Amino acid sequence: MLDDFLIRAALAGLAVALAAAPLGCFVVWRRMAYFGEATAHAAILGVALSLALSLPVLPAVLAAALAMAVAVSALTGRGYAMDTVLGVMAHSALALGLVAVSLFTDARLDLMAFLFGDILAVSRADLAVTWAGAALVLALTIWRWSPLLMATLNPDLARASGIDPRREEIGMTLALAVVVAVAIKVVGVLLIAALLVIPPAAARPLARTPEAMALGAALIGAAAAISGLWGAFLLDTPAGPSIVCAAAGLFLATTLIGAATRN
Amino acid sequence: MTAPLISVAGLTIELGRHVILQNVSVDIAPGEIVTIVGPNGSGKSTFLRALIGAVRPTAGKVSHAPGLRIGYVPQKLAIDASLPMTVQRFLGLPRRIGKQAAAEALHRAGAPGLAGRQMTDLSGGQFQRVLLARALLENPQILLLDEATQGLDQPGSAAFYQQIEEVRRTMGCAVVMVSHDLHVVMAASDRVLCINGHICCEGTPEIVADAPEYRALFGTGTKGALALYRHEHSHSHDHDHAGHDHSGHDHSGHGH
Repeated sequence: MLDDFLIRAALAGLAVALAAAPLGCFVVWRRMAYFGEATAHAAILGVALSLALSLPVLPAVLAAALAMAVAVSALTGRGYAMDTVLGVMAHSALALGLVAVSLFTDARLDLMAFLFGDILAVSRADLAVTWAGAALVLALTIWRWSPLLMATLNPDLARASGIDPRREEIGMTLALAVVVAVAIKVVGVLLIAALLVIPPAAARPLARTPEAMALGAALIGAAAAISGLWGAFLLDTPAGPSIVCAAAGLFLATTLIGAATRN
Repeated sequence: MTAPLISVAGLTIELGRHVILQNVSVDIAPGEIVTIVGPNGSGKSTFLRALIGAVRPTAGKVSHAPGLRIGYVPQKLAIDASLPMTVQRFLGLPRRIGKQAAAEALHRAGAPGLAGRQMTDLSGGQFQRVLLARALLENPQILLLDEATQGLDQPGSAAFYQQIEEVRRTMGCAVVMVSHDLHVVMAASDRVLCINGHICCEGTPEIVADAPEYRALFGTGTKGALALYRHEHSHSHDHDHAGHDHSGHDHSGHGH
């Protein structure tokens, strides 16, 4: 069954959607949407790094994403607002990565595959890595759910309950880097942030508790992955963007439902 | 005397180049109500945050009794609109609780029947009471309140502090609160700490209100109100109690 490229693509999409959605809830609650974006853009720098040094892509991307997360945390609060730091870092990393890739390779490399993903070319080995990474992130999110939720609500409140908010934040940053690294193949660096943010945003109008929102986001993300792939197959459109389009369509639908039921 | 719940010894906190607190030492005993007063920027909130371990001391030490259970009510809690949160779920952080336990906690905090509401739909007073209810669920030995009545009107904050006294009476926990609602708060305290970068003066409300350091910070204007509160509190109408100078004493708003 795993011989079929479409089945492999669907399984890879599902893995990323299931891991990204609950983590993405924290990205949304903490107003870190552009943090996810910056981490993802740094990934292209990781791709360049792996090409230049002939390293495997995954660890190089992971390292670049983590370096970005550390750099942003270090720069914030030193006279620049978070969104300014992210604006500088995200676009610089993307531009630097694109320049570096063209310098280090003979330009025959298919950059599009990294920018927009190449989910239809997912191999069995890729699938194993994607599922392992996604399972790790999902397990981490579930394990740290309550303390991370406390730290998100109010760091002092978390402290008073014996939770170290900084430790939870570091764990979350690590998880974010892992999601970015495993999602590159599926949706590419330009659209990873969309899978982090859109499913939680789509689940918000229908949820009354944080857990319901995370569960809804996972379902919506999974539905977007499957229906996006199906649409891409039918209409012969690029798979990654089609998945994001499906997620955007679901966001529109739940927002309308939310508005209709409130009145 | 029993061992203190929290012991602060020689606490100095510097943030950047600013000395926020200098050489503060104080012990909090089980069951006592301690109020911290001081002007804006005097380090009151920093002191309270140091008590829960949210600020690292530059020098000195904050030690907790082993296994100390702390209930903390922050100054404000901004819940992002993107975060759906029922009161029931909020009360169950970090450990989930049943409907019965939530209802009891809300009742104790004076906000019954709110469990099904969204946190973002609550009024200021309801929100503070839900915060209090959550703090009480930890079955605290000590309750820390940081300007918990900010944004409440005067009757609202008076009612809130009455609730605190009620809680102390029924649960027997120590209470440390930061406030600048001097007149409402001070008289309810066993001990008042007047902080302005260091401890200016401390003692019973009467002693502090008469201390020259306190008067230098707040003037004498609040003293009449303090005495007024004492009357309400003790239901005594003896205007000469504690030998205070009652000139300028304002009786308006005196009500039972």
